[in-house]
Formats: sequence, C-alpha cells, structure tokens
Amino acid sequence: MKRAFPILAVLTVVFVAYGFYLGLFVAPTERTMGEVQRIFYFHAPSGWTAFWLFFVNLIASVVYLIRRNLKADALAVAAAEVGVVFCTVVLVTGPLWARPVWGIWWTWDLRLTSTLVLWLIYVSYLMLRRFSGSAQTPVLAAVLAIFGALDVPLVYFSIWFFRTQHPQPVIGNGGSLDPSMRPAFWTNVAAFSCYGALLCWARYRVELMHRNVEEAYALESLLDEGSSSGADTRPAYRGSPQ
Amino acid sequence: MNSLWSITLATLAKDIRLEWRSKDALNAMLFFSLLVVVIFSFSFDPLAEESRHIVGGLIWVAFLFAAVVALNQTWARELRNQVLDAYRISPAPANALFLAKAMGNFIFVGLLEALMTPLFIVFYNLRALGPAWQLIPVAVLGTWALVVNGTFFAAMSVRTRSRELMLPLLLFPISIPAVLGMVQATTAILTGEESARFWIVLLLTYDVVFTTACLALFGAILHAE
Repeated sequence: MKRAFPILAVLTVVFVAYGFYLGLFVAPTERTMGEVQRIFYFHAPSGWTAFWLFFVNLIASVVYLIRRNLKADALAVAAAEVGVVFCTVVLVTGPLWARPVWGIWWTWDLRLTSTLVLWLIYVSYLMLRRFSGSAQTPVLAAVLAIFGALDVPLVYFSIWFFRTQHPQPVIGNGGSLDPSMRPAFWTNVAAFSCYGALLCWARYRVELMHRNVEEAYALESLLDEGSSSGADTRPAYRGSPQ
Repeated sequence: MNSLWSITLATLAKDIRLEWRSKDALNAMLFFSLLVVVIFSFSFDPLAEESRHIVGGLIWVAFLFAAVVALNQTWARELRNQVLDAYRISPAPANALFLAKAMGNFIFVGLLEALMTPLFIVFYNLRALGPAWQLIPVAVLGTWALVVNGTFFAAMSVRTRSRELMLPLLLFPISIPAVLGMVQATTAILTGEESARFWIVLLLTYDVVFTTACLALFGAILHAE
C-alpha cells in the first residue's frame, strides 16, 4: 500500500503536465469565447474532484458513526479539507471566466449558488472541527457531515426554482463538447482526480501521524505525573487546559 | 412510547416554567427584533408597495437572528450544576429531552412571531395581496425548520470552545433552503404575484427530513465523549 503512494504521485505529475499541455496548446480555441474558454479544462475537473471528495467525506463519516474507527475520521478530515480547496478553485475560476463571457463576475443561478452553499456547509464543518474539544470532535463532525449531505438535494431544489444562467452540462446526454476538445477535458479530469486523491492521501497520513504524536505526548505526560519527578522534567506539551 | 411523552411533557413544562419566571430569552428576542424593525426601516422606503417585496426577507432574518438567542439558552441552562450529565446517566430516552427542548423553542419563537408580526404590519403598512391564511402554515413550518435544527446544533455547539459563536456558524449554512423557502413563500403571499405552494412543500420536506435526522442522531450527540 505504501508503495502505491509514489506511483500515484508520478501518475499525478504526468497527468497534470499532459493535461496542461493539451488544455493550453492542443485543444482548439473556442469560436465565440476565445482563449478564456480554456479555463474550463481546470474549472470543471476541479468541481468534479471537489464533489467526489465531499462524497468520500460522507462515506467516511457514516463509517465512523457505525464502527467508531478513528482512521475513518482521519479520512473524513482529509477529504473535507482537500474538497474545500478544490471547491474554492471552482468558485474562483468561475468568475474569472464569467466576467469576459457573461459580462458579470457572479450571478445567483442554480449551479453557482448551490456550489457556494456546499462550500459554506463544508467550511462550517471545518470550523466545527477547529472549535470543538478533541475527544468529541469526530462524532459531532460526522453528524454534521450527514446533515450537510441531507441538505444538498434540498439546496439544489430550492435554488432550482430560480432561472438558470449557467451553461448547461456539456458532458453526458445531449452534450455539445466538441470532439477535438474531449482529450484535453478528460485528461484533466483524470489529472485533477489523481491530484485530489494524492493530496487527500497525504493529508490523511499527516493526520494519522499527528494523532500518534499527540497520543504519545499524552501518554508521556501521564507517565511523568505518575513518577512524580517534579514538574520541570515534563515535556512542553501540556494538552488542553481542561 | 408512553414514557417518552410523559418525560417530554415534564421537561417541556419545566422549561416553560423557567422561562416564565425569568423571561430572559423572550425579552431579549423581542427587543432584538424590535431593533431590527427600526434599523431596517432606514435602509429602504417603508411604503406599502416597496415593503411588500422586501419584508418577507426582513421579517425572517429578524426571527432567525432572534431565535439564536433562545437556542443558545437551551442547553447552556442545563450545564449549570451538571444537569446535562445527570440526564446522560439517567435511563430517560435522549429523544424525549430533544423533543421537549425543540417544542419549548418552538413555543418561544412562535410567541415572538405572534407579538412581532402586528408590529411589522403597522410599521411597514403591510397588506397581503395573496391568500393571507397561507402565512400560517408558512410560519408554523418555517419556525419548526429553524427550531429543530437550531436545537440540535445548539446541543453540538455547547460542546465546543466558543459556544455562542458556533451555533449560527453551524445553523445558517444548513438552514439556507429553509430560509429561502420562508422568504420566498412570504413574499409570494404578500405580493400575490405567484403561488407559494412549491415553497410550502419544500418547507414540509425540509421539516420531515431534518426532524427524522435529528431524532436518529441526537443520541449520538448527547452521549458523545
């Protein structure tokens, strides 16, 4: 399993480099939008990556609530954090494209608003993790993740009632993505998926390591207290004031 | 089932008695929403025509922010003398406690709305052009939507370091569809331009989904250690 990590890293570098080359140099320039359309090759794959990372977060949260497995919780943190990063990329690249094409930075239409609300929900998830005491954080966060997931369809349907200005999905049924643009698009989907998986995996390992270190510190300070050898020999780490 | 209801009602009666004696939350909520009414009147021309389009949002924002006051009180009260810990050890079902708290908050926020609505009508010269009776289901469903998740997230935020700050940060993002539903339904009824049916159904769905989720997961929150 540990050998898979460098393999994934190499794969990511290859895909990202090739996707960058295809997206910026090989894919034809769009007829009406011009060069600015190329941001699409990074915007849509980032969105896709963010969504599946949030999905991983949900699955990990449910597994944690059922099994109380701390590894699942670490995966949930990693997926949420990296997902928020990719979702931020979507929310930043969108207006950059919209300004020259639509003439406005932002509009409160279905996809934009629901992506923004999704981002808000996951930021509140990360804030909860940051603000709560260490022992109960996993349970509270897992419950919030489930609430967030339940909220997503409701958000979508409520905003669906507004007029939609976002370009209709160009992938899947009735898609209008020109065949010559497809290699660039799909390579970038693969590239961003690998990149997201790589970051999530790295963050997950850091999180596990961090927890091990914290546990070791806690154990050490307990042992020190037991031997009553005076406060000065204790490590600097004292844990929370409670 | 029988014990669930008797415990729920006993806890609810206790909460109402406590609030009746102190009136802390209710007074704070009333004064807060009165301030909102006055301050917002400066931001636009409070004539009948214009206010019809704006007041739907205004009224619910006022109630949403005011409700946070009551919601924060809900569990903070139980922390004194370790009442919450005592409850955790007792064999009483966790959902009885949750239902009592949610119903208590529903009554307090409902009372606030009943007292504040006439004031909104007077200050903003309101008269509904659509079917005004529909405002009642909107108010009931909307208040429950705020209160059920609010009570739940207040139980979560009471476990965090900065309790009172945390509740709105958790509650508002999740409440966005409900708030949108309340605001749009109220505006639709006041202006009479379109039907509020979609939004009422949305609020009902939201209530059913999240009441179920709260009841299913409250035990996990209460016993989280």
